[in-house]
Amino acid sequence: MQEKTAPPTPRLEDRILAVLSRNAVPVFFAVLCLGGIIAARLDINFLVNEVLARLGRNSILVLSLLIPVMAGLGLNFGIVIGAMAGQIALIIITHYRLTGLTGICTAALLAIPFALLFGWLTALVLNKAKGREMVTGMILGFFANGLYQLVFLVLTGTVIPIKDEMLLLSSGIGVRNTVDLINVAGSLDRALDFLWNGLILVNWGPLRLGPWRVPVFTLVLTGLVCAATSFLIRTRLGQQMRAVGQDSRIAEVAGINVDRIRTTAIIISTILASWGQLVFLQNIGTMNTYNSHEQVGMFAIAALLVGGATTRRATIWNALIGVLLFHTLFVVSPLAGQKIFGIPQVGEYFRVFLAYGVIAVALALHAWQSSLRRKTAKQHGEKENSLESRPQD
Amino acid sequence: MSASTFLTLKNISKSYSGTHVLKKVNLSVKAGEIHSLLGENGAGKSTLMNILFGMPVIHETGGYKGGIILDGETVAITSPRDAMNLGIGMVHQEFMLLPGFTITENIKLNREITTENPISKIVGRSLETLDEEAMANDARAALQKLNLTVDESLPIAGLPVGYMQFVEIAREIDKKNVRFLVFDEPTAVLTEGEAKRLLDVMKRLSAEGIGILFITHRLDEVLEVSDTITILRDGEVVHRLAQNEANVELLAELMVGRKIERPTLPRRKTEPTDEDPILTIRDLQVKMPGELVKGINLNVRRGEILGIGGLAGHGKLGIANGVMGLYPATGKVRKDDKPVNLDSSKSALESGMAFVSEDRRGVGLLLTESIEMNIALTAMQIQNKFLRPGFFSALRLEDRKAMRERALRFIEELDIRCTGPTQPVQRLSGGNQQKVCLARAFTLDPDLLWVSEPTRGIDIGAKQLVLDLLVKFNRERGVTVIMTSSELAELRKICDRIAIVYEGRIVGILPSDASDLEFGLLMAGKNTRKEVG
Repeated sequence: MQEKTAPPTPRLEDRILAVLSRNAVPVFFAVLCLGGIIAARLDINFLVNEVLARLGRNSILVLSLLIPVMAGLGLNFGIVIGAMAGQIALIIITHYRLTGLTGICTAALLAIPFALLFGWLTALVLNKAKGREMVTGMILGFFANGLYQLVFLVLTGTVIPIKDEMLLLSSGIGVRNTVDLINVAGSLDRALDFLWNGLILVNWGPLRLGPWRVPVFTLVLTGLVCAATSFLIRTRLGQQMRAVGQDSRIAEVAGINVDRIRTTAIIISTILASWGQLVFLQNIGTMNTYNSHEQVGMFAIAALLVGGATTRRATIWNALIGVLLFHTLFVVSPLAGQKIFGIPQVGEYFRVFLAYGVIAVALALHAWQSSLRRKTAKQHGEKENSLESRPQD
Repeated sequence: MSASTFLTLKNISKSYSGTHVLKKVNLSVKAGEIHSLLGENGAGKSTLMNILFGMPVIHETGGYKGGIILDGETVAITSPRDAMNLGIGMVHQEFMLLPGFTITENIKLNREITTENPISKIVGRSLETLDEEAMANDARAALQKLNLTVDESLPIAGLPVGYMQFVEIAREIDKKNVRFLVFDEPTAVLTEGEAKRLLDVMKRLSAEGIGILFITHRLDEVLEVSDTITILRDGEVVHRLAQNEANVELLAELMVGRKIERPTLPRRKTEPTDEDPILTIRDLQVKMPGELVKGINLNVRRGEILGIGGLAGHGKLGIANGVMGLYPATGKVRKDDKPVNLDSSKSALESGMAFVSEDRRGVGLLLTESIEMNIALTAMQIQNKFLRPGFFSALRLEDRKAMRERALRFIEELDIRCTGPTQPVQRLSGGNQQKVCLARAFTLDPDLLWVSEPTRGIDIGAKQLVLDLLVKFNRERGVTVIMTSSELAELRKICDRIAIVYEGRIVGILPSDASDLEFGLLMAGKNTRKEVG
């Protein structure tokens, strides 16, 4: 056995190229964003304000996807179910007229048992569908939506008594299409207003920045979720999750209870998603009882993919950069569409087109990258094999 | 650790879906003893060790019969975790290492050293932080025991295979309670120098009082390190001897030996000779994962049945797959003195060769299609048979009547047990599926037929029938047959000559009536006759 000689240090331009091609997906979308900004001749102050708000609104939902990816479950389309848990909690606190920070904190606590149960049930199904978790999770989301509608459209007001008639449809059965969250709206975003209201407005001669509004406490929460996630990676549980994610058979031989680890990962993800949905809705201020959760999985996954994650590897930075890029594009593209074609509807069309297009493009780019990588790996493998060939007789 | 520590396997039996792979096997290992387990592929060695280690595959297929006794007490081992708790470690044949983890992380997998933190005090041990420094120290200590100087923070992916093997061992000896170690063919992937080091390590471990079960094909290694040698054949212990009673020849004979009933095959009018080769292979190299072919030269005589034998993983399966264009291959192959394009299965089929793959359910059959479609398909695609007349070959309709006739004829001729020619092949038994594969190959009217593992996974009666069919096809239609098989006995039943592949090369070609000893030695890479085909 001889030590391998270190490969010669590559040239600078090669290294830059390597970095670019490794991050082809985020780079591609960054270029797209820039192009859009230039085409729409966008006011940068407006853009920054929008993106800041969206960063606070969406990050936790996207971060909730990381742990299942680590445990080898792929992109968890099941976070839709977590979002439902969050909405159930919101309906309950609206019914009892809880307000402000107390209200939202109660909702966060209430969401836990629901998310725990839903996550456990999801994991039960996903553990029976190993290798097909993503499509199973997506269909589970649709199925859960049916149950959700059954409960809030049919059972509420009949089986489940509701005192607050403001919450019900005029027929007295079923929850209203829109629930006004005026009591808790912005309660997290502005929780630290007594320290700083988050307003940035700079007027230095020709330099005008702002007005930007920073959702201070929401960003603090996002930071906490990031910290918790990276803490988890460094624990025994995190190590077991990574092992299961790499090869569940080997993990099992090492004595790890694979199904239990997978269940834990899904439950954590579902709870985070329910909180993510709370953060999202308190920022928006109203809840679309029957629609708000539907697109959650799709948009969060699109954002994560844009950030350069794959179905097998996703980091906190992928999530944050992804939210930044995806939502910049989300703001820019309708305006750019409108500027270029002159018809407002085209702009709206651009938005929808974008969400699905992004997933398709990101997945295609990843597939292309990994096929490239496999090719180079093969060439390396050949070299090693030829070194390995042994003397005969 | 006293010398009285015993691990005993008592009356172990195991069957996979009706096939008995182990029949009442008894075995025991003392502390500090190296006990070698020797046998051909399929003799049941790995199954026995999987039982000992509680591997999931055993319990997913209905468990086993018999008992495992440790220190005089019967123990139940139902999972790898149980085995580990009892102090049994295993170095697996296929590496059980996570490629994306570092050496340290692999060595300490699921036995991580952790430290408390405020959160873990509330939630529990699973949220304790990893103590990376302590883990690295342990890993380094284990590696040093093996005289391996490698940076323990490197990921497994990209390490040479030899290193991976040692990391596996380091992981086992890092377990503080380990008393018995199973080495499942650890030297198979090692170079000679590495293998020697591994044997030294084994001796050192046994001197420290660890009992070792050593599985291998390499006879000289067995002789070098073992205290006791057990030979398994067809799931039974056929012999057990001490190291000083054994020699290479004896072991080879015991490993392969069985009475070959060689039925007198019908004679041909003219026996095939070297003067009239149907196929010549020069420097064939095939990149089939796990079955690498590293340069083979072979002349196939027109009209013969040629056997290709050898142990699993040495490349015998790669030859047929390479020539038929299923795996990337280089080299010169000429059929009837015309070159064969190794990149294309179509070219191989058009040159008059047919292939019955060892991967019956994957490559061989369209599982949801009917028997008649499976029989006709290749001939349809390659030779435009079973198609109704038409101008464009791509738009011609299938000729159902001709297909049906052909299928019925084969069902009768090959005794395919089915409800009718329209039955989907996935509902047939393994033996009958194999007959459908053969029928498809016969339909092509090949003059050279490659058959890989034709009797794998089918019952004894059907085995004989398949072999008879091949002989009949060879004698009556003069088709040259090249049969690849792990079962030497069945090659010796019907072949004229048998080529033995070892480490990707042909080490020798023997007539099928050569002695057990010669075959045994060839399988271990030792040629006693000095001509190589």
